[in-house]
Amino acid sequence: METRYIRDTFCATSLLLMALSIALGVSELPNGAFVPIILVIPAVFAWRGCNRPIDAWVVIGGAVLGAFVIVEGVHQQPLVGRSNAGLWIFLLAIWALAWRGIDRVANYSSLITWRQRLADIAVPIAFGLWLLFLWEAVVVGLSVPQVLLPPPSMIGVKFAASLSILWADFVQTFLKAVVSGYILGCGSGLLVAVLIDRVPFLQRGLMPIGNMASALPIVGVAPIMVMWFGFDWPSKTAVVVIMTFFPMLVNARAGLGAAGRLEEELLASYGATYWQTLLWLRIPASLPFVFNALKINSTLALIGAIVAEFFGTPIVGMGFRISTEVGRMNVDMVWAEILVAAIAGSMFYGIMTLLERYFTFWHPSYRKST
Amino acid sequence: MTTSVITNVDTTGLSRPGWFSRALAGNALPVLIVSIAIIIVWYAATIYMNATMQVDQFERAEQEWSYGELVAGTMSQERPLLPAPHQVIAEMTKTIFGKKITSKRSLVYHSWVTLSSTLLGFAAGGLLGVLLATGIVHSKALEKSLLPWIISSQTIPILAIAPMVIVVLGAVGFKGLVPKAMISMYLGFFPVAISMVKGLRSPDVLQMDLLRTYNASRIQVFGLLRWPSSMPFLFASLKIAVAISLIGSIVGELPTGAQAGLGARLLAGSYYGQTIQIWSALFMAAFLSACLVGLIGVVERIVLHRMGARQ
Repeated sequence: METRYIRDTFCATSLLLMALSIALGVSELPNGAFVPIILVIPAVFAWRGCNRPIDAWVVIGGAVLGAFVIVEGVHQQPLVGRSNAGLWIFLLAIWALAWRGIDRVANYSSLITWRQRLADIAVPIAFGLWLLFLWEAVVVGLSVPQVLLPPPSMIGVKFAASLSILWADFVQTFLKAVVSGYILGCGSGLLVAVLIDRVPFLQRGLMPIGNMASALPIVGVAPIMVMWFGFDWPSKTAVVVIMTFFPMLVNARAGLGAAGRLEEELLASYGATYWQTLLWLRIPASLPFVFNALKINSTLALIGAIVAEFFGTPIVGMGFRISTEVGRMNVDMVWAEILVAAIAGSMFYGIMTLLERYFTFWHPSYRKST
Repeated sequence: MTTSVITNVDTTGLSRPGWFSRALAGNALPVLIVSIAIIIVWYAATIYMNATMQVDQFERAEQEWSYGELVAGTMSQERPLLPAPHQVIAEMTKTIFGKKITSKRSLVYHSWVTLSSTLLGFAAGGLLGVLLATGIVHSKALEKSLLPWIISSQTIPILAIAPMVIVVLGAVGFKGLVPKAMISMYLGFFPVAISMVKGLRSPDVLQMDLLRTYNASRIQVFGLLRWPSSMPFLFASLKIAVAISLIGSIVGELPTGAQAGLGARLLAGSYYGQTIQIWSALFMAAFLSACLVGLIGVVERIVLHRMGARQ
């Protein structure tokens, strides 16, 4: 039987690149002494293959250490001569190593639930951290102008330094405008869907219009709302209400028709009234659709409120901060604000997903697919 | 089956349902009536909202006024709080047909500016979405690492930071079409990617197994089975993508200092209180959106029909 000396091409590639980077003088960098130690990892796994789960963690550990060396290295400005080229080649070597590790974890399957879940969560987190690292290394290493893209470390520092301003903006835009508009918009959409349930004529008249309105650039009503309701948050609330109304109407309407015929007939045979059927069967059956709309609307609401602030606002708010700081070329502050928006948006969406899981646990989409 | 039997029966001798009940059965009449109701409400709102300003105007001119004059006045203000529908339509016909297409005052010119970046961003976003979906379907590592980020990328209100993208890219020399198209692309790739992942996975297990017994390569499986069976998903997502691409370019036009495009018309209108201009830009955007979605619907029907889909 033929003996294979190279069992893992990714690790072999990483090994070659790493050797090359050492030849180019990467170990002259501060902490560069780690590089020969990291080199051992791909050397071992290229030879004996990277198959066990524990191997993946060792490989990823090596990649993390390498990433640390690179980040320290790029912050050592200016980079000189050979070690600069070595650094980028070392980055490619780390890339190959990290990919091997992530690939291994992604293909991991275990019958033990918590292990499987841990692996499933680890992959996207590792990928996100990798992106952050790449962003930092490339932006700092290539001296990208800060106006174009500040490094994540700078955004983090700015974020921590201006918490009070960011909180005030968050209160103004999110807690006042988005939450009130979201509740009003989704609530009225739901209410109208239930009200027109008994009037087929209105359904047939309103639904095509509602479907069409979902495709319209509704955010364009923002200047009109600002004109009508003034500069403060009520005008933003109005925009959010209009933006969230139609998706909820359309989805809730579809949901109210989603109850099974058998169940409806069962309730009819019990002599249930219209309202009883609605309360005990059709509204619960419509929940998956309603939550779908709630999730869509969570992003729409934030967008609506921030865009509306571009058309006029008091001197606080996320949209206001973004547009003025862009004008002053304080891009790090803008990115800190984007971070707030991202956190708020993801949390909002996440809360809706959790609620959905709690209320619609019976839905087939939560069944384990095997 | 039963329907075909019934249609084959000669019904000429029987009394057919009257036009009124037929109209009631379809969607056309209800939609028409609801639309008319909306227009009536709109006119009423016009009178109600503009009345105070009109009364002010009369009093400033120290003019006697009757209710008839008041109603007429509310519908012919130059900068009304809410313009009447006919004012908007008059403004639209004036700026669409009355001006040369190349003129900066022509709505056609502004629509074209918006439309071109929408289409560019839509094409790029659609392509990116399909490529991502293809990668995700074929690599488990890509699926597990990319998919959660694709989904969470949309919880970030990118539309809200669009102005920054425009200004920053403008500062380093990217101006005009490309930055706007990038925003459209960012918005448009998402529905396509998500839907195509589903679509490319939609083939039947039996069909996949059949191709495996033929020893088909991955590329062949893709071309012969995955791609054709993902078509309905592709078109459904393209319709969503084109609509939000348009929104992306409109918002992308806001920060460029009102140069050109429907978004610039909105912004200029809001600066100078030109409500009629805002409304006509809004109507134009709605019209464009409906046209684009409709166009994709037509292409969808042609393609699916040629692929042998049943009506």
